[in-house]
Parts: sequence; structure tokens; C-alpha cells
Amino acid sequence: MIAYILGRIASLFISLIVASLVIFMVVEVAPGDPAAFMLGVNAKPDTVAALRAELGLDVPKAERYLNWVTGMVQGDFGTSYTYRSPISKMVAERLWVSLPLAIYALILSTLIAFPAGIYAASRRGRIGDLGVMAATQLGVAVPNFWFAMILVLIFAINLGWVSAGGFPGWDKGFWACMAALTLPAIALALPQAAILARVMRSSLLDMLDEDFIRTARAKGLTEGQALWRHALKNALIPVLTILGLQFSFLLAGSIIIEQVFYLPGLGRLVFQAITQRDLITVESVVMLLVFAVIVVNFLVDLTYAVVDPRLRARH
Amino acid sequence: MTHFSRNLISASIIALFAGMGAAQAQTDIKIAMQLEPPNLDPTGGAAEAIDSVVYLNIFEGLTRFASDGSIEPELAESWTISDDGLVYTFKLHDGVRFHDGTTFDAEDVKFSLDRARAEDSTNAQKQLFAQIADVTVVDPLTVQITLSQPNGALLFNLAWGDAVIVGPETAATNATAPVGTGPFRFVNWVQGDRVDLARNPDYWGPAPALETATFRFIPDPTAAFSAMMAGDINVFSGFPAPENLPQFEADPRFQVLVGSTEGETILAMNNKQAPFDNVLVRQAVAHAIDRQAIIDGAMFGYGTPIGTHFAPHNPDYIDLTAQSNYDPELSKQLLAEAGLPDGFTTTMKLPPPSYARRGGEIIAAQLRAVGIQTEITNVEWAQWLEEVFGSKNYGLTIVSHTEPFDIGIYANPEYYFQYDSQPFRDIMTELTATTDPVKRTELVQAAQRMIADDYVNGYLFQLAALTVAKAEVQGLWANAPVAANDLSAISWKQ
Repeated sequence: MIAYILGRIASLFISLIVASLVIFMVVEVAPGDPAAFMLGVNAKPDTVAALRAELGLDVPKAERYLNWVTGMVQGDFGTSYTYRSPISKMVAERLWVSLPLAIYALILSTLIAFPAGIYAASRRGRIGDLGVMAATQLGVAVPNFWFAMILVLIFAINLGWVSAGGFPGWDKGFWACMAALTLPAIALALPQAAILARVMRSSLLDMLDEDFIRTARAKGLTEGQALWRHALKNALIPVLTILGLQFSFLLAGSIIIEQVFYLPGLGRLVFQAITQRDLITVESVVMLLVFAVIVVNFLVDLTYAVVDPRLRARH
Repeated sequence: MTHFSRNLISASIIALFAGMGAAQAQTDIKIAMQLEPPNLDPTGGAAEAIDSVVYLNIFEGLTRFASDGSIEPELAESWTISDDGLVYTFKLHDGVRFHDGTTFDAEDVKFSLDRARAEDSTNAQKQLFAQIADVTVVDPLTVQITLSQPNGALLFNLAWGDAVIVGPETAATNATAPVGTGPFRFVNWVQGDRVDLARNPDYWGPAPALETATFRFIPDPTAAFSAMMAGDINVFSGFPAPENLPQFEADPRFQVLVGSTEGETILAMNNKQAPFDNVLVRQAVAHAIDRQAIIDGAMFGYGTPIGTHFAPHNPDYIDLTAQSNYDPELSKQLLAEAGLPDGFTTTMKLPPPSYARRGGEIIAAQLRAVGIQTEITNVEWAQWLEEVFGSKNYGLTIVSHTEPFDIGIYANPEYYFQYDSQPFRDIMTELTATTDPVKRTELVQAAQRMIADDYVNGYLFQLAALTVAKAEVQGLWANAPVAANDLSAISWKQ
């Protein structure tokens, strides 16, 4: 178990170092000078040079990379070129929107997918199974931003129950924020739930064909009892993998939903920084997201070990 | 209690409520814009979104733009100009305070202008201050600006957002916590979402009707429509979905304002790159373009055709559209005359706004009809600045020039379309030195004619200012002579 964890940690560090190099190179290679962008078309060359010096852009790239990495290790992500405020503070503010939204969506997705997947598996080939499968097919096929617009049309414009977007801020109270996050969370959760339900169902069905389930049935359990007591736990590994991937996606990839609901989340921060050539912000936020994804994967790996005793034994 | 007194009390309660209802007009407003300002310092960046939030609201200059684009006094109460046009003496308003409580005086004016024109200044419009030789404090309420040569546009230049007066104590932190002298003070900025302002109780001028104002940033056109329809916002300044405007126009809950901006949208040609170095080719391109088709196709009909680089709402504007009317036959003839009977192939680089991306497709088709093939590349703004504006590596591009009164860019041969004309530069030099309004008008019109005669660029249309608002909001600017949302003019109908 210890060796297994150490191995995972080592791979985590290597991934981080490689990621930081790749991110820095890709972002720096893209054309466009941040200082020229900020000053626009009337700026004189000496003004641009003055701003480049002020932003620290006149330092050689290798040195900038080292400064950036050493800064991050010490928890200093630098200062945004365009916003002129510390990136760690900006990211923290955005995380208070993106993280609750991701968790909210993940909970919704799980609450829908688990029962639906288990129900479909238990009714294999019957009408209930077909119904769930048809619904999930639809859920996978419909893009979440389109679904989001339909939700806005019904619940914000026609019924007026919630606002069409925006985020009031946590100082305005928990329930106001939850209300603002509900439509985005539903829009994010449904396509994820559809995928998760399908994985849950097929994984369970694979288990139900296994010998140990036949044994369980032979010793007198009903199909339902066999499913709940024996198949479910064993079917969880693929489901957990998908769940981990989905959480990373929800955290980093909700940019389109943030755009539709104009939420001040991480995705919009990255998008805005890219269009404004706020290189350091792009680099630092992407690095943080990579870190989050790697850590989530690491945690999923650890959960495997908890769920599957063989993994513990093997290492 | 008698019947009489009970009636009296209920009557007075009703009267009280009725009175309250009449007296209590709404005093807050939520204004949305598409782009969020990168920071809130109008002296430290070119982004228009900065001025849209802070100009006239938080920060004020010696002079200001009015809603019709004319120049009015602001922090300067009055001024005198010496006979040789070199010395401007400004009398400042008394009793003006910055939002941090410090007093505004001539020292602040000197500090602000010296800072903007300094060697290491990062002011995006440093050329506004080019002729200023010296700023002298005469007494706390009098300041003198000495010019190295007469500049008829000084009062205009001082009205820009880039020339606002800042306090020495707070200049460095204005990017995130702006402190000015305006009718509204900064309260809070939730980055990515909104900026909150509140009325400045110590304002030196008339108190605005609004108590608080919130600017929200909604980049997505669909979200802009939903937010307006759901009532999340009261005003959308620069509405990004013109296709939805008829729906708002038909709805009595809303008003739609269609005005003019300072945005001359042009098909810029690289005047030093073959074959655009030949005026016949440029003339051929100009005649190949059907402006109305572009306005209808790319802008849903919103926009005014222009024939030169000047805003049609300006009294000095002359309509030269006929000189480059849509005439594909003439265009082919001109190409043949230029020795290109089979046309040619060139590049067209398109920045992100829809006037460029949608307009570019239409123009490419119109040019193809006369034999000019274009290779279209879509670029981001930063890339546009580097490749088109910086290295001049392009044949054609479409861009809207939104600075007010920017015909002067044609006097710079290094400017990205590389128009190099000594006669034009002479006109501009004379214009700068002229203060007589009649003479100035003549010169400005001569300049408009010259660039139209030389077919420097394809002149397409003036960008429209599109505002959607709740029907009860009054005092909004229909036109946008400068990027601004003047909150002190806004109120709610009772």
C-alpha cells in the first residue's frame, strides 16, 4: 500500500513539472504582446516599452519561467498583467463560484445516475431499462449549453423563478447563491448523469454475468439481493473513474455554461485572460487546474485501493 | 374612536402611501456591458470598457465631452487663451474633493498632466499631450498650460478619459481602487461579474438622481438577451445581439436607442504593398464594395454608410459616399487600367468583432465578383496588433476606429495602412495650429476629401450605438461620442 501511494506521488510530481514546462512554452509561443494589447493602437513605441518594463516582460524567458515556478512553489502566483491584482486572490474568488458549482453538479449527477443505472440494470431488456437508455441517449446527445438556454427560457424568462444568470456573492446569503447556481448545475449535471448512468448500468450488467453472482443466486439470493450485496460494490471501479474525470471536467470545463449564465468562474477568467494576452494569468490558472486534475486522479487511484483489496495486496 | 376620525386616519394613511409612491422613484440602476474593463484606471490602458465605467462617473477632467460630442467645462470653471495661442490659463472649481477626502487643486492638475506626458508614462494616448511644454501652478485654483506650438485641439484633448485628473496619493492604485472627483465613488468590484458605484455625497456639482449603480458584464449575446428579458438588468449599453432588437422594440416594457458612435469601420488597405500601392487598384476595391449589403448582412441594418474617415454626426462631416459608390463594372475597368485585367489574390485578416468576421465574408464575395481573390485569416486582437498593426503583414483588414476625431492617424506614414502624403500632413499641421472655428472646418473638410480622393481605404460605415433599456429609464445617451455611461444624467420616470 505504501509503495503504491509513493509511486502515485512520484508520478504526480513528474506530471506537474512536465505540465508547467508545456504550459509555459505553449502560452509564450502564441503571438501577441500583452503590453501592446493593453495600450491599443495609438500607443507610442516608448510607451509600450515602458509598460513592458513595468510588467517585467523585458526579462529573458528562461528567467521568467524559473521566477514563475519558484513563485508558485512558495504560493505566489504572480500579478495579473491586465487586472493588476494578485492571481492567487483572483483565483480564490473564482473558485468560490466554480468549486461549489462543480460539487453541486456532481451531487445532482450522482443522485440521478446511480438510481437510474441500478434500476436499468435490474430491469435488463425490459421496458424500464429501455426507457432509461432512451433518456440517457438523449442526455448524451444534447449539448449542455443548448439545454442551459432552454432552462433559462422556461425558468428565468417565462416563469421568472430565478434570474437568468450572474452570481450574487456569498455575502448575500447561502440560499441566494444556491438559487443562482441551480440552473447552471442542472445544465451541467444532466449530460454527465446520462453518461454516468450508462456506465453504471453496463458495469453492473458485466458483474451480473460473473460466476460469483451465479454462485450467490445458487445459494438462494434473488437477483435483486445479488445485485445489491455483491454486484454493486464490484461495479464501482469504472464508475469512480468516470466520476473523477467528470469532476475535473466540471471544474475546468464549465466555461461554456459560465458564459451562458455569465457566472464569474474560473473558466471565464481563463477565457478573458487568453483574449487579453494576460499570459501570466493563463499560465498560473491552467497550472492550478492541471494540479487539481492530477490531485483528483491521485485521489481516485487511492479510492481504487480502498474499493479493491486486490490492489492493496498487489503493491 | 368616532367614524369621522377613523375615516380621517385611513384617508391620511392612504394619502401617505400615495405620496410615498409618487415620491419614491427608483434610485438604483443595473447597467450591463459586453466587455469587462481589465482595470479601472483610465490613464493606464486603451480598453474602452474602462472609460465606459469610470469616465464622468468616478473621474473628471478639466473639460468633458457632452452627449452630442461637444466640449464643456468640467473641473475647469473657465479659461483664457493667450493671443498667440500658446498659454492656456484655467480657473478651477473651488471646493472640489477627491473621494478619499483630499482637496483637489492646481497641484493635482499639474501632477496628472506631468504624469501622463512623462518619459516613462504608460498612458495609451500620450500623443494628446505632445504639444504641452509646461504646466505651472499659479495659485491653488489657477493652472497654466504652456504649449510648444499652438494646438487648436487642446481643450478637446483634455476631455479624453486618458486626461482625467487623479490624486498623487491614489494614482498608483486606481487600477483596482479608483479615486476621483466625480459624482459617483467606487464601492466594489467583483471581478468577472460587476462593479458597484455609489453617489458621492460631497460632490461639488448638482447631485445625481441615482444613489447606486451597478455595472454588470455579460459577454455572451444570448445571455445578454435573457438577462434583459428576465429583468436582471435595466440597461444594456452596446447591446451585442442586433438580431434581437425588433423583439425589444415591439415590447412596451423596453426602449431601444439607436445612435451613432465614433467608430469608422473601414476596409484598410496596405498602401505600400503591391498592388495596393496603385491608387487605381484602391479605387477599384472601393467601387467593388456594396456598403448597404454589408450593413444589412453583417449589422442587421444598423450603421450609417460613410465615404471618408469621419463621423457623420459631426457638423463638419461631408458625405462623400457617392465618390466610391457600388459599381462593379467601373471596378473591373479600373483593374484593367491598372494592368490587372484578371484581378489578383491578396490576404484579408479579420479580428474577432462580428462587423469584421461577418463583414469580411460579404466583402470577400463582392471582391470575387470583380476578380479579386482573398485568403481570409481570422485573428485574435493580440495577433492583429502584432501582425497587422505592428509588422504590417497583410493586404486587407477590417477594423473600426473608435477614437473620436482620429483623422490625424492618416498623417502618420508608419500607421498600419501606410498612407504617405505630404499634402495631407501639411493640412494636419495647419489644423493643429489653427484655433479659428471657420478655418478649422475648412481644413477638416479638405482632409476628408483628400483621403477620399486618394482612396486610402475602403470606407464602409459608422458603427451604431445600440442601447436597450427599461422603458422607464430616462437620460441615457443615444449617441456615443466617447466611451461613457454618464450616470449623473440618468433617472427613473416616476
